[in-house]
Amino acid sequence: MALDLRIVVGGEAGQGVQTIGFILAKAFARLGCHVFADQDYESRIRGGHNFFRIRVRDSQVCAVSEVIDILVALNKESLTLHAPKLDGKGVAIADINMDPELVRQYTVLAVPLNDLAAEKAGNKLMANSVAIGAVMGMLGFDFEILAGVIKDFFESPAKVEGNVKAARAGYDYARQRYDRSPNYDLGSIMRIERMLLNGNESVALGAMAAGCKFLSAYPMTPSTPIIEYMAANAGDFATVVIQPEDEIAAIHMAIGAAYSGVRSMTVTSGGGFSLMVEAVGLSGMTETPVVIVEGQRAGPAIGLPTRTEQGDLLFAVNASHGEFPRAVFAPSAAEDCFWLTIKAFNMAEKYQIPVIILTDHYLATSYFTTEKFDLTGVYIDRGLPMAEDEMGKLSEYKRHRITPSGISPRALPMQSHALVVTDSDEHNEAGHIIEDAETRSRMVAKRLKKLDALRKDMALPHVYGPKTSAISLVGWGSSFGALHEAMGLLRQQGLSINLVHFTEIWPLPAQETADLLGVDRKIYVAENNATGQFARLLNSETGIKISGNILKYDGRPFTPQYIIERLKGMLP
Amino acid sequence: MTVVNPQDYAGLQPAWCPGCGNFGILSALKKALVDLNIPPYNLLVVSGIGQAGKLPHYMKCNTFNSLHGRAVPVAIGAKIANHDLTVIAVGGDGDGYAEGGNHWIHAMRRNHDITYMVHNNQIYALTKGQASPTSDTGFITKTTPEGSPPQINPLALAIASDASFVARGFAGDVDHLAGLIKQAITHKGFALLDILQPCVSFNHVNTYEWYSKRVYKLDEEKKYNPADKIMAFNKSMEWGDRIPIGIFYHKERPVFEKSLKALRNIALVKQPVEPARIQKLMTDFY
Repeated sequence: MALDLRIVVGGEAGQGVQTIGFILAKAFARLGCHVFADQDYESRIRGGHNFFRIRVRDSQVCAVSEVIDILVALNKESLTLHAPKLDGKGVAIADINMDPELVRQYTVLAVPLNDLAAEKAGNKLMANSVAIGAVMGMLGFDFEILAGVIKDFFESPAKVEGNVKAARAGYDYARQRYDRSPNYDLGSIMRIERMLLNGNESVALGAMAAGCKFLSAYPMTPSTPIIEYMAANAGDFATVVIQPEDEIAAIHMAIGAAYSGVRSMTVTSGGGFSLMVEAVGLSGMTETPVVIVEGQRAGPAIGLPTRTEQGDLLFAVNASHGEFPRAVFAPSAAEDCFWLTIKAFNMAEKYQIPVIILTDHYLATSYFTTEKFDLTGVYIDRGLPMAEDEMGKLSEYKRHRITPSGISPRALPMQSHALVVTDSDEHNEAGHIIEDAETRSRMVAKRLKKLDALRKDMALPHVYGPKTSAISLVGWGSSFGALHEAMGLLRQQGLSINLVHFTEIWPLPAQETADLLGVDRKIYVAENNATGQFARLLNSETGIKISGNILKYDGRPFTPQYIIERLKGMLP
Repeated sequence: MTVVNPQDYAGLQPAWCPGCGNFGILSALKKALVDLNIPPYNLLVVSGIGQAGKLPHYMKCNTFNSLHGRAVPVAIGAKIANHDLTVIAVGGDGDGYAEGGNHWIHAMRRNHDITYMVHNNQIYALTKGQASPTSDTGFITKTTPEGSPPQINPLALAIASDASFVARGFAGDVDHLAGLIKQAITHKGFALLDILQPCVSFNHVNTYEWYSKRVYKLDEEKKYNPADKIMAFNKSMEWGDRIPIGIFYHKERPVFEKSLKALRNIALVKQPVEPARIQKLMTDFY
């Protein structure tokens, strides 16, 4: 039977839920399993209820499950909330002092978490490592792999020693007390080295691989870890990371840096992006490339700051007044974050436009196992440079020269004696302010002309399952994992269905997309928002009729089960 | 060595009103650049929106005419990416002290190596006569028919923010202003140069005559010491019958662009793009 192990770690903020979850996920990844993990936490430092869900499989996985095999309940609330979702053979791990009334209701392996930590590691605070050990003991997991992960995580020798001892104590305790044979055969897993990383880390690596040398960003969940990761590596990678006074400054600094000639980026969430929108138009008007990462969360206003939504799609496609070309990408999983971020930089420079990458809280903070990125496949396109023979002709360079493609050869200040002149006012080819109707019309047309080639550079949606089917499930961005799994399960049930998934959203290659979706099939669009934004975009661009919407806007990500249920409810 | 001439900086015909204070500022800037022998291709002027924002079009140099209030952050980004460029941001009082106030304060705090020239005419002129943050208290405009609220004091704010160079010039004294611009450009760090600029169309109170009667030069005050912050702060409060011009405050302190490892050697824009270098970072994720 295929491996599908589902673990949940629950507790208060400050109890170490994230640490336990991450160490477990990393250990499974190191064993060679495919791992997916997501986090559910409240916007607070202490208290509340947080949980970390891990799925361990022997084939690719990037969706959460509603069923639990092992629950680590660090407090009473975690047991009450999650234990009802335990599978028939599922087990909860809780401290030995847990409410006996509750313990009687479920299958609980009571472990003296605090006592073992105090006794074996000399530190009660290491109870979390006892819990980690207990999970792995139940599964008969190779302890040396676990010890290696703990070692890398804690770094300081004293902490490593204590936490390994604590884990060992929990491991041995579970081995002795948990007498059932494990449901899961981890012995047949091949040791393959994969990365375990989240969407944010993947975006950051993609940006650095793409040669992003300037990041200006104001901290905002869920994108802040991108700033922190790049700042930690900035000195070694000839990169400047600056935290300015606000998001308005952030994007303007990025545009200024791009004007001088470095690849530059800003990262934020919907609220910060709202503050940036005037400058999105500045990038469009001055034809200065910039990459903007917008980690969507449940809006409007502050909304649910630590929760997820795909509610900013049409906002991104339309952000800023006036008309100008832009590109919008929405990666599906961690690996996609890496490659699409690189492509975003290439498109931004090739077309001298703003490019928006829409991630979301779920994608940004969820961990995925991913094959190592093949860096020989990284392609850098810095766009059309000014011709050599133009250099030195001080008066002749026109930053916004009208060309058949609409793309003007780009010079940089101090690259030669050519002066680089640009303006947020409507301007002539030389970049100087104008008012006349004729020049205005020519410059608008010149900028929009770039869309023709840009549209051809956008990849078509990926079709999973058969090319043709009676039903197409359509999705975009981070909902890929849940949709893909749902489609597979529905096919097993005999439904004629495929998945058409979009990650390069705008500009949409309308005709090709319409051809791909055909005219005689039922189309159901699933998205994490309340108004079916992508369905509307798809319809308005292609004329395709949408048979139904599968929507979710409670701040939580899709599960395959949710999609299946909703879809079945709509089928005749 | 290149010798820069005034005609190297000859730009488009200005669309300013005849007699506008901006003409004096433009002349002083060109004079300073010629005196400092800075060729147009080594200079970037970033402007905001307002009549002052049009200034770079009327000279000839690398130009980024940005949005209202946003000249400073664009200038900072451009300077960080290529610290070999001489970067000047220009804008009006509304642009810099209202719309861009937050950027201005934090730029002073971080001490970016740019010069910021604020054409301060105490009025919104491009939009035809509304109150500005520096309009005199009680000043009647179309948007403040019952009088403008108390004005901000940009020099005091700059000194409080520990700006490393704080000066005030007067558009009616081109030679003195050119001298201040030269010192602001050669200063290492953020230089605020507030420039009293008569608006002949919309400000009929703070005129050339009004300013000329009041301004006096700080460098002619024997006891004045711009290194003394308290003295500078007190001097910045002086406004009325006598208005000081010159350098109020000057302090050498670490420059943002010099403090970063990535900028220690060559300019960021000259550093190569090398995707393969992230190979070693990927191993952290195994």
